[in-house]
Amino acid sequence: METLFYISSFVAVIATFLVMVKTNVVHALLYLVVSLLAVALVFFVLGAPFIAALEIIIYAGAIMVLFVFVVMMLNLGSADTQRESEWLTAETWAGPVILAAVLLGEVIFILVHKPGAAFQAEMLGPRQVGISLLGPYLLGAELASILLLAGLAGAYHIGRHSGEKGGGGRKRS
Amino acid sequence: MMSIPMEHGLILAGVLFAFGLAGVLMRRNVIFILMFIEVMLNAAGLAFVVAGSKWNQADGQVMFIFILTMAAAEVSVGLALVLKFYHKFRTLDADAASRMRG
Repeated sequence: METLFYISSFVAVIATFLVMVKTNVVHALLYLVVSLLAVALVFFVLGAPFIAALEIIIYAGAIMVLFVFVVMMLNLGSADTQRESEWLTAETWAGPVILAAVLLGEVIFILVHKPGAAFQAEMLGPRQVGISLLGPYLLGAELASILLLAGLAGAYHIGRHSGEKGGGGRKRS
Repeated sequence: MMSIPMEHGLILAGVLFAFGLAGVLMRRNVIFILMFIEVMLNAAGLAFVVAGSKWNQADGQVMFIFILTMAAAEVSVGLALVLKFYHKFRTLDADAASRMRG
């Protein structure tokens, strides 16, 4: 179980790093899906199978499909890739990255050399999560549903307004 | 059975969050910025789940569900804004909208 955790966390870190350096949007989306899958495996190893399933279904499924739909609708060309690659020359980010790596090394040194407790073997399934979600966190669940309704109404309003305004704007310019 | 220290999970969450923050700071493409915001939210949820797994409580997973709904609402509104942005400016460069003139 420990090697599963470490291998999947390495995959998550490497995939997220490749998302950061890729200039093509679709390639970066693929690496982001790989990263989310690796994080879902980390959740499973940590004893949260329900959260792992939600991560795959909602993050890697629904949200990434939304991104792919928007990329397909926009139909981006290669000029965008050219411009993004100009931002990634080594002279601009080498110094801050070295400084931030020193800071990250300090944080890791502090965390590793302090004796920490190990994980328990117990798994928390959907039953405990559901009881906790609809018991003490009932108000939070209602607020989350209101937030989803507001997101739905906001996305519909902005999208519809965009269609009408786009036609009018093209006529004006 | 499991002997993964909590610090390693928190280090993973911190590294992912740092990658997301660096991506937001160094990219100017609006879709990339939204993607790195997703990475940062995912790392925050990972920290919650690691902490909940440490104390064997379901609270961390409940917090991850809240973060998930917030990310879904955020990305739907954000992608609608990206479509509107592209219709208005014909580019995805975030610097094109550095001045809000109403």
